[in-house]
Amino acid sequence: MVTKRIIPCLDIKDGRVVKGVNFLNLQDVSNPVKLADYYSRSGADELVFYDITASFEGRKLFTDILTAVASTIFIPLTVGGGINSVADFERVLACGADKVSVNSGAIKNPELIGQAAKRYGDQCVVLSVDAKRVDGKYHVFLNGGRVDTGLDALEWIRQGVDRGAGEVVVNSIDTDGVKQGFDIEMLRDVSEIVHVPVIASGGAGGVQDFVELFQKIPEMSAGLAASIFHFGEVAIPDLKQVLRENGVCVRL
Amino acid sequence: MIAIIDYGVGNLFSLKSSLKAIGEDAVVTRDESVLDRAGHIILPGVGAFGDAVEKLRGTGMFQVVLSQAAKGTPILGICLGMQLLFDRSFEYGEHNGLALVQGEVRDIRTVIPKELAVPHMGWNGLHFPAGKPRSPIFADLEEGEHVYFVHSFAGFDCNEHCTATTEYGAELTAAVQNGNVYGTQFHPEKSGETGLKILKAFCRLEGNT
Repeated sequence: MVTKRIIPCLDIKDGRVVKGVNFLNLQDVSNPVKLADYYSRSGADELVFYDITASFEGRKLFTDILTAVASTIFIPLTVGGGINSVADFERVLACGADKVSVNSGAIKNPELIGQAAKRYGDQCVVLSVDAKRVDGKYHVFLNGGRVDTGLDALEWIRQGVDRGAGEVVVNSIDTDGVKQGFDIEMLRDVSEIVHVPVIASGGAGGVQDFVELFQKIPEMSAGLAASIFHFGEVAIPDLKQVLRENGVCVRL
Repeated sequence: MIAIIDYGVGNLFSLKSSLKAIGEDAVVTRDESVLDRAGHIILPGVGAFGDAVEKLRGTGMFQVVLSQAAKGTPILGICLGMQLLFDRSFEYGEHNGLALVQGEVRDIRTVIPKELAVPHMGWNGLHFPAGKPRSPIFADLEEGEHVYFVHSFAGFDCNEHCTATTEYGAELTAAVQNGNVYGTQFHPEKSGETGLKILKAFCRLEGNT
């Protein structure tokens, strides 16, 4: 059976990996190429590479870093941040990305999802959604949780998948950086409405949080985290061993 | 020389880099004469079957692949590139393929339980048919090693040409071989060390130059 994927996320700013607590308190962590290589060797199933400031400051990804990462590691690589057009897809795919994640660019122009899916295939288009509870509903947020779009997150995800997104990353702003576990409730609600792979993001604080994620939501395809991996709090081989002992199918 | 066919479909960066990592210099080409001289040919591809086959035909590379296959040159189709090796595909209509490998390409939703996500995306185990010699490109692999899949369509009715399967709610064709023509539904260039072992074994095959 297809294994549950463990995905370290490298948030990039000015060529360095950073990870904020609730997005707002950025802290410098490490060299992206070295970190990517380390993860690839230690059993990461995939890497996500976000330019977290791109949608806020309009910055382009540092494509030389992307090229260096894609030349060093031979596992799937998803790139996001500042993807606003088919030309942006082309730019990062040419540097070795396998999948491209769209967030604010798709909210501004939902047609982008369909255009990119038609050109590169559904499997290439990842819809990334930052969601937060507002008055009993999930709202889509922008710019690292600063701006409430007012969009209903479940409705937006359903629409994105209909338009051709082949995978969805759900990042709960309510649990992100808090390290108290994934947002099981939100993730379950999303997994019930779509039939493409869903990646859980936001809130992993330790090994048990991944066990809980895959046991409570067996259809969840992957778990994504950043700081717990970057700071060595959780080693991926140990995490996978525990998952296997708990009956979760993983690649060791 | 290893030639990677560039017919405007898919991302060739990783494939070229992974070959470089195992010490093989590959040429990315759409030049028929280069392809005709190649000792090994890799046919990559993502996207839809119909478009891809049209592009191959439009460039004349379709015929070169067929003549190279007939000459005994090792050919490896990856993902959509593997599907192009089949007789036909039912992705958005019906399209004829290169017919180098027996079988046809159909939607995996026709055989897997409907609660499973499509595309079949992620790392899954390779299983080799019992009582059958191992396909040479898998010579260095253990039973059950994981490789990376991303696909919604797969090869069916490949019979004796099927060299590996994977399990996703149903047994799916993971790899095929007919003589010197090989195909993998998964992406060896995205399958870490296991994938590099497969590419190495393919490059080791005797080419005609």
